[in-house]
Amino acid sequence: MPSPFILDRSSVTQVMAWVLAALLPGIAVYVWLFGPGILVTLTLATATALAAEAAMLKARGYPAKPFLTDLSAIVTAWLLALSLPSLAPWWLIVTGTLFAIVVAKHLYGGLGQNIFNPAMVGYAVLIVSFPVQMTQWAGPLELSATPLTLAQSAGVIFGGDVPKSTLDAVTMATPLDALRTGLLQQHTVDEIMTQPIFGHYGGTGFEWLAGAFLLGGLVLWALRIISWQVPLAFLAGIWLAAGFLHFFDAGRFGAPWFHLFAPSVMLGAFFIATDPVSGATTPRGKLIFGFGAGLLTIVIRTWGGYPDGVAFAILLMNLSVPLIDAWTQPRIYGGAGRRGKEPPA
Amino acid sequence: MSRELFRFKGGVHPPEHKSESNTRPVHAAPLPRKLVIPLRQHIGNPARPVVEVGDRVLKGQLIGAADGYISAAVHASSSGIVSAIGPAAIPHASGLPDECITIETDGRDEWIDHAPIDYRALEPAELRMRLRDMGLAGLGGAVFPSAVKLDPGATHPCPTLILNGGECEPWITCDDMLMRTRADDILQGVAVMRHLLGSTEILVGIEDNKPEALASMRFAAAKLDFAIEVVAVPSIYPGGGAKQLIETLTGKQVPSGKLSTDIGIQVFNVGTAYALARAVHHGEPLISRLVTVTGHVLRPQNVEALIGTPMQVLIDLAGDRDGTTGVLMGGPMMGMPMPDLEVPVVKATNCILVKSKELFPPLPSALPCIRCTRCADACPAELQPQELFRFAKAGDFGRAQEYHLFDCIECGCCSYVCPSHIPLVDFYRYAKSEIWAREKEKRAADLARERHEFRQFRLEREKKEKAEKLAAKAQAARAQAALDQAQRAELAATPAAEGTAQSDADAKKALIAAALARAQAKKAEVAPKNVDHLSPDKQREIEEIEARRAKIRELARQPLETDENKS
Repeated sequence: MPSPFILDRSSVTQVMAWVLAALLPGIAVYVWLFGPGILVTLTLATATALAAEAAMLKARGYPAKPFLTDLSAIVTAWLLALSLPSLAPWWLIVTGTLFAIVVAKHLYGGLGQNIFNPAMVGYAVLIVSFPVQMTQWAGPLELSATPLTLAQSAGVIFGGDVPKSTLDAVTMATPLDALRTGLLQQHTVDEIMTQPIFGHYGGTGFEWLAGAFLLGGLVLWALRIISWQVPLAFLAGIWLAAGFLHFFDAGRFGAPWFHLFAPSVMLGAFFIATDPVSGATTPRGKLIFGFGAGLLTIVIRTWGGYPDGVAFAILLMNLSVPLIDAWTQPRIYGGAGRRGKEPPA
Repeated sequence: MSRELFRFKGGVHPPEHKSESNTRPVHAAPLPRKLVIPLRQHIGNPARPVVEVGDRVLKGQLIGAADGYISAAVHASSSGIVSAIGPAAIPHASGLPDECITIETDGRDEWIDHAPIDYRALEPAELRMRLRDMGLAGLGGAVFPSAVKLDPGATHPCPTLILNGGECEPWITCDDMLMRTRADDILQGVAVMRHLLGSTEILVGIEDNKPEALASMRFAAAKLDFAIEVVAVPSIYPGGGAKQLIETLTGKQVPSGKLSTDIGIQVFNVGTAYALARAVHHGEPLISRLVTVTGHVLRPQNVEALIGTPMQVLIDLAGDRDGTTGVLMGGPMMGMPMPDLEVPVVKATNCILVKSKELFPPLPSALPCIRCTRCADACPAELQPQELFRFAKAGDFGRAQEYHLFDCIECGCCSYVCPSHIPLVDFYRYAKSEIWAREKEKRAADLARERHEFRQFRLEREKKEKAEKLAAKAQAARAQAALDQAQRAELAATPAAEGTAQSDADAKKALIAAALARAQAKKAEVAPKNVDHLSPDKQREIEEIEARRAKIRELARQPLETDENKS
């Protein structure tokens, strides 16, 4: 056994556990403001992810224990669950999770090998394939006449006999949906923003959820679990792109604060774009990666076919990582550029 | 007093574990019954043995002479009888034996005649030669022959001399104890270094976790007649690495692929300065050094040990304990495991670290790399270790070199912080050795090809020359024939002169004799005379050369696998 003979106490499990812990404030706020349905989604996604992980490890001939206990599958499950509409049917959750773990993670070689963020691949597959079911968002409790209990939420998710009228009563367009629909109907941003779903900065309830994700993200930032470059550049990309458009035509483009305080942006900036496996590795590369993802998010939100663009923006930037890394190799100690030198004779 | 310091990038803070061994006084280790002194204790050519089995040697007597410029001598560490010269176990991770001289000590510890050197009276080159012959080599770990480093050369003036008292590796305290107890001697050595290098600025870098050493060195420095600045540098591993210490103290980086002397800086370990002082002021060659014996022992401490002392002797002195899981030479970050404990203390042995399961729990098995880049944040060479790992693992050595594999100093920071517990440094060592091996093969093949091409060229040239010569000869013959004919015609026309036939026959005879002599000379040239009456040594040497040539021929036949071919 060669040197070094001592190790720092860090481990992959520890890194993943911190990510999960940092999601807890967001989950708590989610339950408080939108009802307990998310807990059903999270549980189902976790169970599916662990089962899929175990099955794939067995199929690929890998030892189960070190890889199941690294918690990476649970991180993927939670990130996907938090991205899905809170009343999405069970089969949607299972399909998305399976696709994330089986295809996006293991068919690409498992932990550390996936070039795309698995949770975002799962999300993208679902929103392309099942756009209708992907709109079943429970509205904030504040605006809901008949909030659902845990059992009722489970009933909706597992397809119990919930009349369509009940479902219509509890689901609501998200702020981003409302903005998009309003703009398509030729309303100005100011007119649209008078709807009750819009709050101080973002959407009613949604802005608090975004704040809770931000809080968790800042904890990861302070602990250096995530780099400072990616979230900062991501948020800067959102703010600059949205601010630029808003500056020129405030009637047609949402304010930068509104775009920033969507939960998907905070989740994306601190928890998804910071996924080290599928992200850039060099300091400058991380800035480019984050900024590009933020910029593309606004481009897709503004001109794309979907109300939100975080997932696609991150996947597109995942695609660019090898190039970004190759082009941004930093200067080394006592060195000038990237080009190698001859070994000593 | 306060100097502006610069923070190098990266580094880690492993638990220091210094107080275990630096709270006990330094003792001299007992004289062992047997000393095993390797001929290769330094970088460069191994020393040549100059004693024979059965010889009685005295303490400090030269037993292995320096062989060439980059080499250092080795000496008997005590008096006794040379009992063996040949392969023996040495402190190397490979466990492979190397040439050593074994001495059965006689317990009298009798010194050879030795006297101080008046270093100011000697020519610098002469003084360096003397130091080389006294076995001086860097005691910080690299054991580079000091005489070479003390040659500023015409092109490399060394205005700045840095003395390295960083000692950043956990557990090791031998430099700390040396500075606490022998600061005056260390600075006497610095005076000699200053004399040889002509340095105008002298800095001593000591990590701030060694307040006693700092105080002791400052006290000693104040007594000198030239200025030395003793600087407390932040305690961070590998802050005691030469390149890192240079950056901390001066803000300058040694350019990649260059030496610190290229930017006018030379760095020596404090132990080397001490050994230099012993050599110059006492005439003592390098036959002992301070060694930290620590870890899983009863009384961790520093001992002054003779070079060649079996490590087990020192571990017994510090109190062997049950539950030992292995022994390292050096610290936990860069040290190497010892194949067995009969291996001797050598000039590079700064620490004998005894492991136990509690102090050094077995390392967890590795998971895949998740590209978290903690290694890149920790890397003091500012490399991208995760990429180097990827290339090394894939066998893509060309790319690994492009990403500056050879700037890696193998400090172990990347492995230390890796959450996937990947033995990264091991992958880099593997990649480096593969590249070296291929370079060697390529050089051998290139040489063979060049030789072959030259031979082809030579044969071609000879053929051409021969043809030209023949053509010239033919022409001359034709001209002669025409001349002869004209002469004969003339002779026929005039009456035969007396003696002409006689002289003609003489000329012919002389011609034949000359041709014979030429043939003889040529024959003598073809058969080399030096293969007759060979000594067995010469015969072996010739055989070795033949074997090497055969190897080169064989290498030349193998297809070349080079980067050019791949890309």
